[in-house]
Amino acid sequence: MTSTLNPAGEHPAGIPDYPMARAAGCPFDPPPALRAKQEEGPLTKVRLWDGSTPWLVTRYAEQRALLADPRVSADVTRPGYPSPAPVNGSSKISFILMDDPEHARLRRMVTAPFTIKRVESLRPAVQKIVDELIDDMLAGPKPVDLVEAFALPMPSLVICELLGVPYADHDFFQENSKTIIKRDATPEQRSAALGQLAGYLDNLLGEKLTNPGDDMLSRLTERIKIGELSRQEAAQMGVLLLIAGHETTANMIALGTLALLEHPGQLALLRDTDDEKLVTSAVEELLRYLHITHNGRRRAALEDIEIAGQLIRAGDGLIMANDIGNRDPEAFPDPDRLDIQRDARHHVAFGFGVHQCLGQPLARLELQIVYSTLYRRLPTLRLATDLEQIPFKHDGSVYGVYELPVTW
Amino acid sequence: MKVIIDQDKCVASGQCVVAAADVFDQRDEDGIAVLLNSDPPAEQAADVRHAAAVCPALAIHLEE
Repeated sequence: MTSTLNPAGEHPAGIPDYPMARAAGCPFDPPPALRAKQEEGPLTKVRLWDGSTPWLVTRYAEQRALLADPRVSADVTRPGYPSPAPVNGSSKISFILMDDPEHARLRRMVTAPFTIKRVESLRPAVQKIVDELIDDMLAGPKPVDLVEAFALPMPSLVICELLGVPYADHDFFQENSKTIIKRDATPEQRSAALGQLAGYLDNLLGEKLTNPGDDMLSRLTERIKIGELSRQEAAQMGVLLLIAGHETTANMIALGTLALLEHPGQLALLRDTDDEKLVTSAVEELLRYLHITHNGRRRAALEDIEIAGQLIRAGDGLIMANDIGNRDPEAFPDPDRLDIQRDARHHVAFGFGVHQCLGQPLARLELQIVYSTLYRRLPTLRLATDLEQIPFKHDGSVYGVYELPVTW
Repeated sequence: MKVIIDQDKCVASGQCVVAAADVFDQRDEDGIAVLLNSDPPAEQAADVRHAAAVCPALAIHLEE
């Protein structure tokens, strides 16, 4: 349609690039351009690295509706899927990038350890890990990098224990995980890192096939033995659980601590409370407010879908920008205010629909224990540098800080 | 209030158990939601409504 072109023959500058940059000095807030898109309407277009122009879904209600809609696909190989970076066929990480029934078949094999009761039974073990890491911090030199000393080892130790992965190998899998979630990694680099991890998990599965223990990978070998699961599928699942189990929670611990240090009133409320309910609501509010998965949830429409007065065509890409969805004033009044006493349980930080984060009960438990322990045991915790010096992860698919120098 | 769950749709998130532990539970073997009480008393209605609202799979249906 020539009517949409300007005199120079170019498309009007109405379609902004995505992702957008955060404002300088506002590391906890979504990009201002994303707020502007939300005010423009629930569904508008953005332009990606490859020139494609998927829908950007910015409002909470439409995000939930579309994430729960079976006409919307999470399969990265579908036409129109708005990939955050170049991919090749081997970049598929298990069931998060599959649709039902395959997705459900594989996911249900690993849901048992994440029931509320099973996760709750881990509370003493997780508390012990948290206490021991804090003991080490207190006994060692200061200042210290909270990411390296606490935020990363804490969830890594927990997921290693659950999966049956030796924690001694953490340097190897954390390096490869970093490459996989780095936005500017080449398809070759990402694929090589995935190959390294898949090979590592395949070896471990091989050992557990003959020498099973009491862990998730060993239970997957039982499925392999009876032919319900191939060894390759099991290795891919192991890669997914290992990466998802440490990267996300680690970033929530470090970024959440930084946000609380910048909101001393909120930190004091949390530090001085004996009320478990306040700790729980603080975790939900920080998940809502920070939203570390800042690249949105990506989908492709399988059929024509009409929503909010727009017609999404089959084959159109969709980006549900949950970071701005969690700041939708319709769903969360005064959304840019961090308020640990509000009810934020309906946030979409873990996604929504059948792909909602499998490990969210464990992540919630870990964060509840961390937030109710760390600041109480280190009541004078403070930054050992200026906020301006903190390196933020603007370049990854998981947002957070690379380092957090603290002292007490 | 009458509560119905669609176990085929359930994705074992357990959020219903967190919201209303007297009404919902999970199967040990795969975490799929089970009903403890399909006709909860009025004082639990708000928690049950919340459970239905946060269920990521939209697997909880309420007849008020």
